[in-house]
Amino acid sequence: MDFCIDQELSLMIKTVKDFVDNEVDPVSHIIEETDRIPEDIMKKCKEMGLFGLSIPAEYGGAGIGMVGKCLIYEQLGRTSNGFTTVIGGHTGIGTVGIVESGTEEQKRKYLPPMAAGDKIGAFALTEPQAGSHAANIKTTAVRKGDKYILNGTKHFITNATIAEVFTVMAVTDKSKGAKGITSFIVEKSFPGFKLGTVERKMGLKGSQTAEVIFEDCEVPAENVLGRGGEGYTNALKILTNGRAGLAARNLGSMQKLLELSIKYAQERVQFDVPISSFQAVQHMLADMAVDIELTRSMVYRVAWMVDQKMKVIKEAAMVKYFASEAYCRVADRAVQIFGGMGYMKDLPIERYYRDARICRIYEGTSEIQKNIIAAQLLKDYG
Amino acid sequence: MKIIVLMKQTFDTEAKITLDGQGKINRQGVNLIINPYDEFAVEEALRIKEKHGGEVVLVSVGADSVQEALRQALAMGADRAVLINPEMEEVDEFTTATILARAVSGLGYDLILGGWRAIDDGSAQVAGRVAEILDLPVVNQVTKIEIEAGKAVATRDIEGGNEVVEVSLPAVLTAQKGLNEPRYPTMKGIMQAKKKPMEKKNLADLGLSADQAAPKVKVLEYFLPKPRAAGKILEGEVPEAVAALVKALREEAKVI
Repeated sequence: MDFCIDQELSLMIKTVKDFVDNEVDPVSHIIEETDRIPEDIMKKCKEMGLFGLSIPAEYGGAGIGMVGKCLIYEQLGRTSNGFTTVIGGHTGIGTVGIVESGTEEQKRKYLPPMAAGDKIGAFALTEPQAGSHAANIKTTAVRKGDKYILNGTKHFITNATIAEVFTVMAVTDKSKGAKGITSFIVEKSFPGFKLGTVERKMGLKGSQTAEVIFEDCEVPAENVLGRGGEGYTNALKILTNGRAGLAARNLGSMQKLLELSIKYAQERVQFDVPISSFQAVQHMLADMAVDIELTRSMVYRVAWMVDQKMKVIKEAAMVKYFASEAYCRVADRAVQIFGGMGYMKDLPIERYYRDARICRIYEGTSEIQKNIIAAQLLKDYG
Repeated sequence: MKIIVLMKQTFDTEAKITLDGQGKINRQGVNLIINPYDEFAVEEALRIKEKHGGEVVLVSVGADSVQEALRQALAMGADRAVLINPEMEEVDEFTTATILARAVSGLGYDLILGGWRAIDDGSAQVAGRVAEILDLPVVNQVTKIEIEAGKAVATRDIEGGNEVVEVSLPAVLTAQKGLNEPRYPTMKGIMQAKKKPMEKKNLADLGLSADQAAPKVKVLEYFLPKPRAAGKILEGEVPEAVAALVKALREEAKVI
């Protein structure tokens, strides 16, 4: 067993950590207030190639495997989770579908500008009546000549306001249920595409979430992604791949919270001594560190399994479930260690606390992850 | 345009310096970085190359660990690197400059850039010595460089203002803070850097003997600054307190 990180990945980690700690984190309060990523930060991310992490080199990306991607995500998690989500949503669910299921023509057309970050990708599955029950989507796609006509409303679409290329799931044959869903590549510029309400969220400021509305939206037939009727399977595949990545982002945030908490506990004096000398505080730090170390072990093992092309349905669900719950525990303890200051907007702790909460919900709730784990267990041992 | 960048790997600016059992600086577990002033030089070399075309070659003296710093500069966009391991316990500025000058003269150059000093020993001698050995003009602490046909126009900080110096090429120019803002390596650049050539040499490869490069300066002792003692508050009325202060400055601190 080899846990070493090679020289290239070490340099990537160092580069991204320097960038996040020195350039992004100092403006994280601006991201929070303006609900957008400053232009110069976006520009630097594009120049560094952060939008092309998982896109193969022949289409202009860096072609990094899942372990590498997770190592970079971990560093990106060390600041505003909204910032992390702008990059993570794009390099994860926003582009993975085209990378894995796209035709050669689709890849040549869409991936180079997406790798450069000139076109942001988003993933549109969720609808008001189809959250955890994803197969219950109502958006329809009807073939008409060389086009499909899409009608329906997607909501809670991450990065919708900045995205130009959407991976959209729509019903092409209602009689077949989940097997009657097809995925499409839909451009923002297609006739009949409309952005709806931009949601006001509890956290994840900087990454906007909005409604996407299709009103007789015309999508060329060559933009069907993968085979017709495989849209739901595609969506599940895309989400499975994303799970370890999301956990890696959580890992970075937890690590940052631990570092901040240790520093604060050593500086904050109460009863004439630093609060780090109290066992109650020490135990909180220890619990945080254990959650982090467990997440780390799981993230990189699952990422490694993905790179080995092993089946990870159960493990990816486990790591997503564990990491998001652990992040909430760690954020809660960080607030507790910081006390009243942890609740104040002057410090970033409360921001992490709010940002952590969505992780147990999006890209599959904790409960859905447990369903997946149990279903796989019953299958494996049944 | 062939641009040589003299590069040194140093401790991280935030590294905690400790001494080992033998009274030497402890290198265990310390983060190593490109000397920040040398990083400005790398960035400037890349900008000159992007504008005028050419090649950027990195040259460094040090142990195998320096490869990491060189790879980072290659990832930023430099074309190739040469690392000379002197295989000596201690080196001084004479050793480093002698080796660098020999290596550089074998490579050929139109412009040589480096940081004006390294943040570890801070002696600010090496680039100047290399210029002297190679019989080249040197302009120190530059904050702006413009390349014209056969010459460079360099702006340097001086007390209370700037000085603009025109110098014929080849020349040695040393970078001061403010010259530029170094770029981050790109992810693709990092992947490509491993395919870029990195030559590893020793003294014999350069035709130097250990005697020719032997240091002229010997370090006698390293010691850490005394830990700062807690401050003292002198109580009482002002006249008495002043008298006590003067007494303490004279007798305890021995500064007056």
